[in-house]
Amino acid sequence: MSRAIRFAPLALLVLILAVLVWRLATPADTNVHSALEGKPLPAFNLPAIIPGKPALSSAELATGQPHLVNVFASWCVPCVTEVKVLQTLKDRGVHIEGIAVRDRPDDLADFLARNGDPYERIGSDPQSDVQISLGSSGVPESFVVDGKGVIRYQQIGPIDASDVPMILSKLEQAR
Amino acid sequence: MRRLLLLVALIAAQPLFADSNLPPAYWANRQLPDPREEAQAQALMEQLRCLVCQGQSIADSDAELAGDMRDLVRRRIAAGDKPAAIRAWLIQRYGTWISYKPTAEPAAWPLWLAPLALLLVGAWMARRRIRVGRS
Repeated sequence: MSRAIRFAPLALLVLILAVLVWRLATPADTNVHSALEGKPLPAFNLPAIIPGKPALSSAELATGQPHLVNVFASWCVPCVTEVKVLQTLKDRGVHIEGIAVRDRPDDLADFLARNGDPYERIGSDPQSDVQISLGSSGVPESFVVDGKGVIRYQQIGPIDASDVPMILSKLEQAR
Repeated sequence: MRRLLLLVALIAAQPLFADSNLPPAYWANRQLPDPREEAQAQALMEQLRCLVCQGQSIADSDAELAGDMRDLVRRRIAAGDKPAAIRAWLIQRYGTWISYKPTAEPAAWPLWLAPLALLLVGAWMARRRIRVGRS
């Protein structure tokens, strides 16, 4: 047996160890990104959940203006801090629409009274149907939708204060 | 005393569930009345990956979203949809990631070719052995 072949198992071991160390040092992105980025929003028609707050349908998201569609819930802890950042975005003129996942009217009203209400419309998604049809895998998530109703960007996880300029530029690009 | 207090506090602690207050969807934990349809739904659910507990199928996962996806699968099967159509609908949304069934796309080629390559390497090594044995 030649010398090179004799060291092949050792080389293989070193290679495997190197790959393991590399993946430990830079973990893979475990977020599941929606495959609908760049594609039209799926059609949906969600009922209202809060008295006095209009319901949300996909038709209202294709009226020439870019929108930020926020998938959230009153039972979601990161949503509490995110909703304050959304208020900042609203003050900058962003149209924010909400999809309330698996929520109850009383809980949601309480959440909005406590943390602020930046939403123009809120649709109720009690069985996560629309969330699944959007390719969203949790709360909170946000979608930048352009004036023609095409999804331009998906934000997985809460929008932090430091994300505000990025979100504003995504919305500007979607104009 | 402090240790005892700590112990009591630990025993009294409640886990914090990041779940909603709504009950599971109707078909999340309920079998379809038609056994043939239920078998179809079950087979599909075992091949769909849970988005929350990645690595589990939606049939195995206790996550709420998995329950809602089981509900969706059973509702569509009961409405007469083919399992392949439901899988395709989900792949359209989440990418091939959502399905455990391997596809024939280029990223999966090593998966299909590896057994063949290993077999060839094995045959080559065995041939050398056989030759050595003969001489």
